[in-house]
Amino acid sequence: MRTLQTTQYATFMVDDLFFGIDVLRVQEVLRYQEMTRIPLAPTVAAGLINLRGQIVAALDMRRRLGLAPRSAERLPMNLVVRTEEGPVSLLVDEIGDVLQLEPADFEPAPDNLTPSARELVQGVYKLKGRLLLVLDPDRTLEVNEFLEARPAGSN
Amino acid sequence: MSEQDVLREFLLESNENLNRLDSEILELEQRPADKELLASVFRTIHTIKGTCGFLGFPLLEQIAHHAENLLSLLRSGERLLSPRLVAVILECVDAIRKILGNLEATQKEGPDEYAPLLGRLRAAIEIREDVPEPPPAEAAPAEIERTSAVAESAIRVDVGLLDKLMNLVGELVLARNQVLQFTTQKEDGALTATAQRLNLITSELQENVMKTRMQPIGRVWNKLPRLVRDTAHACGKLVHLDMDGAETELDKTIIEAINDPLTHLVRNCCDHGIESQEERARSGKPPHGVISLKAYHEGGQVNIEVADDGAGVDVARVKLKALEKGLIRPEQAERMSEHEAMNLIFLPGFSTARAVTNVSGRGVGLDVVRCNVERIGGTVDVFSTAGKSTVIRLKIPLTLAIIPGLVAMSGGETFLIPQASLLELIRLDGDCAGKIERVHGTPVYRRRGHLLPVAFLNQVLGLAKSAQDDVVNIVVLQAEDRQFGLVVDGIKDTQEIVVKPLGKQLKGLTVYSGATIMGDGRVALILDVLGIGERSGVLVNRGAQDRTAAQTLAAAGSDNQRMLLFRAGSFSRLAVPLSLVARLEEFPQAQVERAGGHHVVQYRDGILTLVSLASVLEPGSPADTALSNDPIQAIVVADGQHSLGIMVDQILDIVDETVAVRQSTNRLGLLGSAVVGKEVTDFLDLRAVVEAAAPEWLGRQAANRAAVVLLAEGSRFLRGLIRGELEMAGHRVLEAGDATEAINRMEGVPITAVLAGSNLPPGGYEGLQDAIRQRPNLAQIPVVELAASAGRREEMLTSIAQLASAVATRDPAIPAGCAKDAE
Repeated sequence: MRTLQTTQYATFMVDDLFFGIDVLRVQEVLRYQEMTRIPLAPTVAAGLINLRGQIVAALDMRRRLGLAPRSAERLPMNLVVRTEEGPVSLLVDEIGDVLQLEPADFEPAPDNLTPSARELVQGVYKLKGRLLLVLDPDRTLEVNEFLEARPAGSN
Repeated sequence: MSEQDVLREFLLESNENLNRLDSEILELEQRPADKELLASVFRTIHTIKGTCGFLGFPLLEQIAHHAENLLSLLRSGERLLSPRLVAVILECVDAIRKILGNLEATQKEGPDEYAPLLGRLRAAIEIREDVPEPPPAEAAPAEIERTSAVAESAIRVDVGLLDKLMNLVGELVLARNQVLQFTTQKEDGALTATAQRLNLITSELQENVMKTRMQPIGRVWNKLPRLVRDTAHACGKLVHLDMDGAETELDKTIIEAINDPLTHLVRNCCDHGIESQEERARSGKPPHGVISLKAYHEGGQVNIEVADDGAGVDVARVKLKALEKGLIRPEQAERMSEHEAMNLIFLPGFSTARAVTNVSGRGVGLDVVRCNVERIGGTVDVFSTAGKSTVIRLKIPLTLAIIPGLVAMSGGETFLIPQASLLELIRLDGDCAGKIERVHGTPVYRRRGHLLPVAFLNQVLGLAKSAQDDVVNIVVLQAEDRQFGLVVDGIKDTQEIVVKPLGKQLKGLTVYSGATIMGDGRVALILDVLGIGERSGVLVNRGAQDRTAAQTLAAAGSDNQRMLLFRAGSFSRLAVPLSLVARLEEFPQAQVERAGGHHVVQYRDGILTLVSLASVLEPGSPADTALSNDPIQAIVVADGQHSLGIMVDQILDIVDETVAVRQSTNRLGLLGSAVVGKEVTDFLDLRAVVEAAAPEWLGRQAANRAAVVLLAEGSRFLRGLIRGELEMAGHRVLEAGDATEAINRMEGVPITAVLAGSNLPPGGYEGLQDAIRQRPNLAQIPVVELAASAGRREEMLTSIAQLASAVATRDPAIPAGCAKDAE
């Protein structure tokens, strides 16, 4: 179990949820980038961005977690995650600090978490005054789930 | 490739091998029992022997040959490796290296001073233990140049690194573009000059990095001399191979993709093209046949020609063979031009070889060649002069990564359309803008007298409608063998685009083939023409049509209608209300097959039955020419689940006018006649035609309510094949890939009968049957065994007939709800 040793987490906010992701999986963090939307794509796939010549899909974490959409004037930030197939950007509300966390504070995800969040959360760190949800990057990027997330016959 | 280049390649490769060989032999000395190591050493020597034999270096070949013999004894275990043998082998390696050094310096093998070495080798081979000691100082490795100048001038680079370089250059180009934009805003001489230099350097860098991915086609060719030699030998022929233009460069991925097709073609030339020596003598040709390979650039493409001076393509025999195999029909054969007939050799299942040899004649090959070449956007063509020569010409794009594309706008977004699929652009404005008409709700455009199905890109992609209605831009596209028009809001220009794949998250989107970065740094999507066609329904209509045949057919004969006019047999002007027509289709003649006593075509994952209208209206009439058209034109009628294609000779027009049937008739298949467009026109009784031609079609709705067939077979391919046939026979089909899945399926849904193949893990047909018998609730379900060679149509149909009789014995009264679940 990798939670047995201290791990560094890049933290971010999506709506009022405080998330952390293993810092080694994060390639970089970017301000809002202009996106090309992808007609017919699942709503989770918010668009494509040009990451210094590389085309990267941007996934809206609010949609992924089944949360209310971001208000129009609030531009998302890009948290670019490394995957075996190249980088993928997660659109989040705010980027936080990198935190070093002790395994002692770790606990599995509570049962009453919303189902869409629960499948993506590896566990919870109990921090002072707040809880940090550990995001499983691979499950977040699972393809099937997103293609199913698209309503049948949407056109 | 000049002789010099061949030699260079040979030296490069051999030197690399030799360096490895040294260390391998030494390792072998440590571990003499290591079979893999021994095999590797053997292979290396063997390769050197093979290549130098071809290049004509007798000395080198002799040494390599003896070394190979010795190694083969070691490999087979007849001899054990002793230090003495190692020394002999190493001595060989040194000798080879020395000769290679001579070759590099003087292009000659140098003096023959290897007799003592050969003697020692022979002695070693003949198991004489007294292999004489090599003279000590002479062959000291220090004397021999260890590294070769050729080897040093080239290094191996990881392709991943090249890709990365390419990406970086792409970024640099974008940054350069931005810098250039700034300089136009600022009046600063020094800055402008610097920017210009940056501009030049960037372009040059880009060009050169692109070049790193290019490889001479000789890389593929250099395996061919050996192939020709072996193949010719196997066929007992004398064949000489000429190569011209081996330095022609292509992108690495393309080089890899054409390797197999070229091998096929050359082998085919040896086997089919070049005649036997006796035949050549009879026709006054020199005994040596010549195959010549030629590659050259032309119009942004590379042409590769594989020519032979053999017997040429015998057009008559090709036609005969195609007829025999049922690939074409007699009328077709007659009308075919010579060139068309020659191209029949690329049809699947075609082979004119009289006997199947181990080289070719199995009917796979040329169709695979065409398939592979077309996959990379190339084309294949054949030219031949009877008795003299055959030339097969491949046209291949230079690179896959960069393609020309058309920039088009729709719904405020920019899209790219690959130019390879583009046929023409049509711009309609003013009055012409309304010229897009509708056939049963499907927009069509009359292009030079033919109806072109049309799709609106913004509708296909669910984008906003364009504001301007007075101008219509139609991009005419070719998807596989069909054409359609795509309406876009605007067309900008064409650009060379760098194709980048979409991430795996978006792989499911068939409407895009990738994305690219435009000059302004924005990302634009590249449309997949086939995907767009399918999505829009122009090529595959996914929307179910819920009208029943009876309803639609009853609508015939009413007033004020849009009529489709066409010609069939001796009826020069026939009409049918457009509302009854689901679609108009064209099929290439070659796609028409026969099944269940009907002509059929594979159509949208299913099988479409075709009936010839002329044969219904005038049975036995010689005027039935619908099938000899190419492409065949058909009117498709649908009842929601099934479609039927009615073949006509020619679609004439669509007219919109008030029609009253003036004169009725008793003739089968006709309602009567009327004046349409100032000409007397016969009205078709579509229902009667359908009833007469395919009676089972109308009755199918009632029949297929009951039978739910479980198709249990391990091969997905076979399942797909059989599924289509079962569905055509009116069954609902469920599939299972193994016995467990089959049982689960059967327990979930009422099944009428099971069709089980032998390729069914774990226990095959018997295993499944046993498993079913053990379950009382399933035991009464009939299980039919699928014929062992169900891939052949007759066998499959037999199995299906057995199944049908099994179904017939079962009570069909399964509640409709269950059947619905089954779907």
